[in-house]
Amino acid sequence: MNTKIRVVERLAKSEVRGRRRRGTQGGSDEIITLNNVSKAYATGAPALNGVSLHIKKGEFVFIVGDSGSGKSTMIKLLLRELVPTSGEINVMGYDLVRIRHRKIPKFRRNLGIVFQDFRLLKDRNVYENVAFAQRIIQMPNKDIKRNVPSILATVGLAGKYKAKPRQLSGGEQQRVAIARALVNRPSILLADEPTGNLDPKNSWEIMKLLEQINENGTTVLVVTHNREIVNAMQKRVVTMKKGVIASDEEKGGYIDDED
Amino acid sequence: MRISTFFYTLKQGIINIFRNKWFSLASIATIGACLFLFGLFYSVLMNVQSIVKTAQEGISVTVLFDDGISQERIEEIGSLIRKRPEVSDVRFTSADEAWESFKEEYLGEYSDGFTENPLENSASYEIYLSDVSMQPALVTYLEGVEGIRDVNRSEIVAATMTGVNALIAYISLGIIAILFAVSVFLISNTVTIGIAVRKEEITIMKYIGATDFFVRSPFVIEGMMIGAIGAVIPLGIIFVVYNQVLEFILTKFSMLTKLLSFVPVEDVFRQLLPVSVALGVGIGFLGSIVTVRKHLRV
Repeated sequence: MNTKIRVVERLAKSEVRGRRRRGTQGGSDEIITLNNVSKAYATGAPALNGVSLHIKKGEFVFIVGDSGSGKSTMIKLLLRELVPTSGEINVMGYDLVRIRHRKIPKFRRNLGIVFQDFRLLKDRNVYENVAFAQRIIQMPNKDIKRNVPSILATVGLAGKYKAKPRQLSGGEQQRVAIARALVNRPSILLADEPTGNLDPKNSWEIMKLLEQINENGTTVLVVTHNREIVNAMQKRVVTMKKGVIASDEEKGGYIDDED
Repeated sequence: MRISTFFYTLKQGIINIFRNKWFSLASIATIGACLFLFGLFYSVLMNVQSIVKTAQEGISVTVLFDDGISQERIEEIGSLIRKRPEVSDVRFTSADEAWESFKEEYLGEYSDGFTENPLENSASYEIYLSDVSMQPALVTYLEGVEGIRDVNRSEIVAATMTGVNALIAYISLGIIAILFAVSVFLISNTVTIGIAVRKEEITIMKYIGATDFFVRSPFVIEGMMIGAIGAVIPLGIIFVVYNQVLEFILTKFSMLTKLLSFVPVEDVFRQLLPVSVALGVGIGFLGSIVTVRKHLRV
């Protein structure tokens, strides 16, 4: 339990540092701003159509919707994997429409990303998978040796850092992925269907972990299909439908398609 | 770049080589073959040049003087010739020396009957050239100098020597150029496979915020290492083979040794070693950097 408290303190400190580094955004504490964003692909109907979304620092937000509703496109826009056809996107003070190519890596270092299929490196053990994120940002080895075990303890994998991904359960693999996303102390954690491949018990544990991370000060965005969890957790819910935001409710629930 | 990052990149580069070992092996073999041929041509070329040079040094232009020319004028002509840039050596043979050597060579003890020097007008300069291709120009010049009666030369030998030298150089250059193009292509293929194998890892790296440089470096290191290994292997083979071939020629065709002057292996390697390693690493660098740029628009 002690470790967790220390991590809380550390994350809070990094949050203060992060604010100082980036300055404030538009006078408010908004960390993600989408203004009238549209994204059209070469063929077919636009994936996003005039979406506006404002997320404050420290919020926990669910983004729900069917496949084809534009959730994935939104995640890709937030990662600056895609550029919008029109509109403005601002994340942590970075203008994602005008950002220079060589600044993108620096921007992404402030984001932690968790995927449905975990995306761990299969040929490396748990420790190396998490350390990988630190090597990428050129963290000195002695710091890596300190940070990785501590973050693995936070996600509850202290004893398994020598295991290879295939020796772990789905829930454990997702914990490794979360540890990797958190080890660089991001301001925002983006989770794209984090429980999609997990059984209910593991899904709940992962969600509890994400909630705990959010309580430590990190803004958390979760894209999910999991109705039960969304309804139970009573967080802000943004529902996407056919490329637009159909509803955006504080302490909302999962809205069924038939509505 | 941090030292730990450098070692990490190096390690990843080495892992890449082993991860697709068959393609790495094929690339190493191709570069090795190219550099082996390069080394072979280089060794042969160097020896041919050395032999041609020795032969060239043997080619001389002989100058004979007008009747009754003064000793001063002969010395004047001598210093004029020495000033020419293409001249490497000038040797004076006086009439007496010419007679002495003639006697020794052809008459032996029968020379006693001569009281006067029958070769009185046979004092000469023997001129050696540093560059045989300059021979015609020198001859034209000499023929215009006052006091010179006759210029003897061997035009055909000079022309042939110059031609052979140039031909070998051009053929070698052509073959080597083709081989290098093939090597760059093969390295590029190997790196492409490497990128395909690590596609997922690269995607993850990009999501986490790796710079382009960080993503690309291991592949470039991989290419350069393949190039370096591909250079060292043929150098080793050439070193061993060269000495054995030389030994074989010198024992089996011992009469050639007087005619031909071979270059010792150390002299060949003084240039071949750095040039080959630089070429290998250069090919690896070029092949990988081009491919990485093309396939990793990260």
